[in-house]
Amino acid sequence: MTLDQFVQQFAEQFDETPANQFTPATDYKSLEEWGSLTTLGVITMVDAEMGKRITGSNLLACTTIEELYNFIQRV
Amino acid sequence: MKAFIKALAYTLPEKVLTNADLALEFPEWNEEKIMKKLGIAERHVVADDETASDLAVTAAEKLFAENKINRETVDYLIFCTQSPDYVLPTTACLIQQRLGLGNHIGAIDVNLGCSGWIFGLSLAKGLVLGGMAKNVLLLTAETYSKHLHPRDKGNRTIFGDGAAATLVGSEGIAEIGNFSFGTDGNGAENLIVKTGGARQRTKLDDLQFDNFGNPKSSDYIYMNGAEILNYTLDRIPGLIGEVLQKNDCALEDIDLHVYHQANKYIANLQRVKMKIEPEKYYCCFERMGNTVSSTIPIALKEALNDGSIKAGHKVLSVAQGLGYSWGGVMLRF
Repeated sequence: MTLDQFVQQFAEQFDETPANQFTPATDYKSLEEWGSLTTLGVITMVDAEMGKRITGSNLLACTTIEELYNFIQRV
Repeated sequence: MKAFIKALAYTLPEKVLTNADLALEFPEWNEEKIMKKLGIAERHVVADDETASDLAVTAAEKLFAENKINRETVDYLIFCTQSPDYVLPTTACLIQQRLGLGNHIGAIDVNLGCSGWIFGLSLAKGLVLGGMAKNVLLLTAETYSKHLHPRDKGNRTIFGDGAAATLVGSEGIAEIGNFSFGTDGNGAENLIVKTGGARQRTKLDDLQFDNFGNPKSSDYIYMNGAEILNYTLDRIPGLIGEVLQKNDCALEDIDLHVYHQANKYIANLQRVKMKIEPEKYYCCFERMGNTVSSTIPIALKEALNDGSIKAGHKVLSVAQGLGYSWGGVMLRF
């Protein structure tokens, strides 16, 4: 999965935040909609689409979507 | 000899907590969002003076009345809860007296969460097949509302109180097939109430709020949702495969999947991951939420009532619970 595809998949986990607010540089934890359910959504997406397992702590440790994407490449 | 489920019944407390009630307390939540994400419209919660054993007694009385069962035939009682009336004595002994069951019976408590019905059913089957009991009354009852912090938006949305009664004997409506079990105490900290037991009897009064504004306290239920999700992703596919193998079945042979009813989010996740058609995956959480150890018997009862389960059907049931503790069984109706 490319970074652009990852950003798109990441954005799809959000219902209320417009898709154009998501870029590789987005600080996702600063988004108003970021919370328990979106955390679960991202973990599920990474499992289903990338076959990788990440934790809630991993999501807390990264800041931008690109940083998370790069982290997942190393998992 | 074989062991069968003879009858099922369930009860929910009178008091209802709706999504509108929750949205009033948590303005960032709204009714539509809860329904869309979690598929739960309402959950029932006990009154302050109502306990899991009260619910269990009501469920058992319903089972006796609806199925014209003579309570004198019950010769073993298993009560599964994590909300016993007292630290001691065993709540099952109190229930024996309240239900007017004979003094010759065995009565034990089992402390398990969402996997409780599967494990309780396995014990009941063992007692029947071992010739130690003819009619085992398995009662599952939970009142997590008593363990939840008032500001715990997520868990107050997901969990509901309730109880189920399952009678197991050597004949009945569903043959109990082979089981598969799993346990991993490494997951204990991810769903826990740390105080009140012998390790820490007194409250620690250490309330904090996490990054999402959720309360985290040793004195109330704490659930690490992300870790529980990963546990589900890790264990459920393997568990389903094991149960199928132990019953000489393939996934396509299953007529209906009646799993632990956590919520819509987890249900969809499991169904899609296992490539199960929606019409073969039974959902039963909209009107009661996650009733912990009673979700499967409640769902089975509802599926029987609405015709989703018919004679001859093979039903697969699996549950993942805190501990961690997970298990599954095949039922042949």
